[in-house]
Amino acid sequence: MTEGSTARIYGLHIAVVAVLVALNFVLPEYHHAVLARVLVLAVFAMGYNLLFGYAGLLSLGHAMFFAAGLYGAGLPLYHLGWGIAAAFASGMAAGFVVSAVVGLLALRTTGVAFMIVTMMFAQVFYLVTLYFGEWTRGDEGLVLPQQARRIVFGGTALDLTDPTTRYLLAVSLFAAALFATLAVVRSRHGRVLVAIRENEERTRMLGYDTFANKLAAVVTSGVICAAAGAAYALLFGYVGATFASVQYSILPLLWVLLGGAATTLGPLIGTLFMYYAVDIASGYTSAYMLVVGVMLILLVLFFRRGVLGTVRERWARWLP
Amino acid sequence: MAFGPHLLLATLEGLVTAAVLALTALGLSLVFGVMRIVNVAHGEFFMLGAVLAWAITTVVSGNPAIGFALALVLSPLIVGAIAWVAERLVLRRIEYNPEATIVATIGLLYIIQQLALTFYGPEARPVTPPFNIRIQLPWFGYSGYKLSIIAASALLLLATWFVLTRTRIGLVMRATQYDRETAQAFGIPVGRVYGAVFALGAMLAAIAAVLIVPIQQAHYLMGLDPLLLSFIVVIIGGLGSLRGTVVAALLIGVSDGIISVFFSPTLAKIIATLVVAMVLVFRPQGLFGTAAK
Amino acid sequence: MTPLLVTRGLSRHFGGLRAVDGVDFSLMPGEIRAVIGPNGAGKTTFVSLVCGRYEPSAGTIVFDGEDITRMPAHLRVRRGIAYTFQITSVFANLPVYDNVALPVQRTLTDGRSRGAVRHGVMEALERVGLASRAGVPAGSLAYGHQRLLEVAMGLALKPRLLILDEPTQGLSDGEIDNFIGLVRDIARDATVLLIEHNMPVVMELAQRITVLNAGRILAEGTPAEIRANTAVQEAYLGTTQEAGA
Repeated sequence: MTEGSTARIYGLHIAVVAVLVALNFVLPEYHHAVLARVLVLAVFAMGYNLLFGYAGLLSLGHAMFFAAGLYGAGLPLYHLGWGIAAAFASGMAAGFVVSAVVGLLALRTTGVAFMIVTMMFAQVFYLVTLYFGEWTRGDEGLVLPQQARRIVFGGTALDLTDPTTRYLLAVSLFAAALFATLAVVRSRHGRVLVAIRENEERTRMLGYDTFANKLAAVVTSGVICAAAGAAYALLFGYVGATFASVQYSILPLLWVLLGGAATTLGPLIGTLFMYYAVDIASGYTSAYMLVVGVMLILLVLFFRRGVLGTVRERWARWLP
Repeated sequence: MAFGPHLLLATLEGLVTAAVLALTALGLSLVFGVMRIVNVAHGEFFMLGAVLAWAITTVVSGNPAIGFALALVLSPLIVGAIAWVAERLVLRRIEYNPEATIVATIGLLYIIQQLALTFYGPEARPVTPPFNIRIQLPWFGYSGYKLSIIAASALLLLATWFVLTRTRIGLVMRATQYDRETAQAFGIPVGRVYGAVFALGAMLAAIAAVLIVPIQQAHYLMGLDPLLLSFIVVIIGGLGSLRGTVVAALLIGVSDGIISVFFSPTLAKIIATLVVAMVLVFRPQGLFGTAAK
Repeated sequence: MTPLLVTRGLSRHFGGLRAVDGVDFSLMPGEIRAVIGPNGAGKTTFVSLVCGRYEPSAGTIVFDGEDITRMPAHLRVRRGIAYTFQITSVFANLPVYDNVALPVQRTLTDGRSRGAVRHGVMEALERVGLASRAGVPAGSLAYGHQRLLEVAMGLALKPRLLILDEPTQGLSDGEIDNFIGLVRDIARDATVLLIEHNMPVVMELAQRITVLNAGRILAEGTPAEIRANTAVQEAYLGTTQEAGA
């Protein structure tokens, strides 16, 4: 990797964030709100991509990490009256604990067994949210009160229900996750993850503890997804069991496949595209699941590398 | 009711669950055993079987038994045809790559679910049982139809066992399972075998659904539970083993029935799912056999 | 001088097959040792036990005075045991540079410095003559070059014991000559354990030869001694000479 490409890579990523910030001032109200939501979900997709795209581990249970953040932040705020910052931190901590435990267990398996085990753990998590319906109100969920989603620094108040505040916070979280992913991918650890994806046995015989590296990837991925979940709870004020269901384990897979696995910006493109595809389709039909299903099949049949994966293959090999 | 009869009731309920589960899981196990792929859409074939049974019995007037008999024949055939088309159009083209297959069958799951929602609707609808006989035991009365489910399932399992072990079709399937390349070299049309096995797996799920729908109602989201339970059964029973599948289905079905009677069904599911996940983590060799990676 | 590597009663059974059966073996620092034997003699299984890819059924392995019998493979690599695969297993989809950067960044005390990694990678690539190909995907290299890359990855680990599993398989005569020079060069600061079928290469490189047959050591000695050993001729050399004629 040359110095020139390093400058190009950072230039591109900074430009993307700058465009997102600028959009705050020009987007019409509806798309402004949609994009804020897409950015938070794109963070979820980026967390998924780190594990699936780079380390090559296909999980079918990432909803539990997103939901760990969602409930980890939402429950103490709702029931214990915690502040926003404490709630966000507790959401990420919940993601850390859940992903560490799941990683330690699930990484004893590989391939298809890994997919099924992660799916089962996620199902357990989902059922647990239903079982404790007294506190979570299950599928119906909790609406976080507006006054709780406000934070006061000295004289200025930060109100998360305000559209501009919400959008800019979503962009900040997105930028943080994007540069964190970029840093991981370009680090020694990132190179080892890609090597594990390509040939785990060979990587082990180069002296790497592949289990420890994979565990680190699961935890990093889990914490990023939990951060997305916690932000979702705080910014949009809703915490419900739907986000822990199987569907939310499949969606990040779809977003990442579409945008391009193992590309830093692919998750954003995939999430954005799918969100609008479903949005537009729902103008004509309520059959959004049909759109998701057909997209998944078309992707594996004809477009394995996704948008940015194809761009990288044909035109821009330097894309991280 | 005293504890003894209560337990007997729970066991009977569990046997009904086990009977249906064994058929469904056998379909999943067959597909994994022969084709080495995990079909995530298996539960949707089950759901489709139930929904089609409702549609057929609604169209046919007269004695409910006629409509039901028709559903028992037609619904699996239609589901099998759909599965066969999906196998030929999608799975064959991705060359049964394990991970791509999972993604593709998830796609299939969504498509089938949406079509059911669009054309059948979000309601849960009952199907009239073919007959209404109540068998009076000393402590309580029990549905004769439920007992006939157990009998029908046992018969079907025996028939499947006969086909797999005693006929040429079974031999061809086992040869393909054992070694795909060699089977091809010996002139076995592996592609057609795969299509047929995938269709057969779906048909078994559909038959199970038709049997259960008079007591469970058809609903477009009813496929998830049979899918997860089938995974559990297949994992515990060991793949490709008919006997293992039946034993595991009995174990899971009966214990599920008993636990559900005495505890909350959600807690029962949590415990069962967690136990199976742990089995997969700590004893994978007994589950996917030695050939799987 | 104490041996670098000692195995005592080392065995590995696969079901009923005794792939390696009670091998007592020792290797002096700085040596170039060849392990030869007919197909199925247990050569690859033996070195796989040494580098930790398989767990032994019985016996002990001592490396540099430390018992490593139960040590995980990646820790053995860190102690200085490097293994190059018999079937070329470079990272085909990654650039040649990254293939070598992986071992380099691990051995460096400051693997975070990009300059140090680049220096280490280019040094290893230059030693095997692949420096000009650093940017291409490893899978697009010619077969002989992939074998050299495999050796460069082993070298980049700065090993004390380098295990080469049939390194000349599939190489042309010219490539083999270069390769012999390379191994001599490597042996100046590492001990080399070589599994090899090509007898001229063995005779030219090895200071001592160990002959395995049916999982056991049949004979051990200098090339001249092995050549003169009638048991070895019957079990092994005879067939190669026929094949070579």
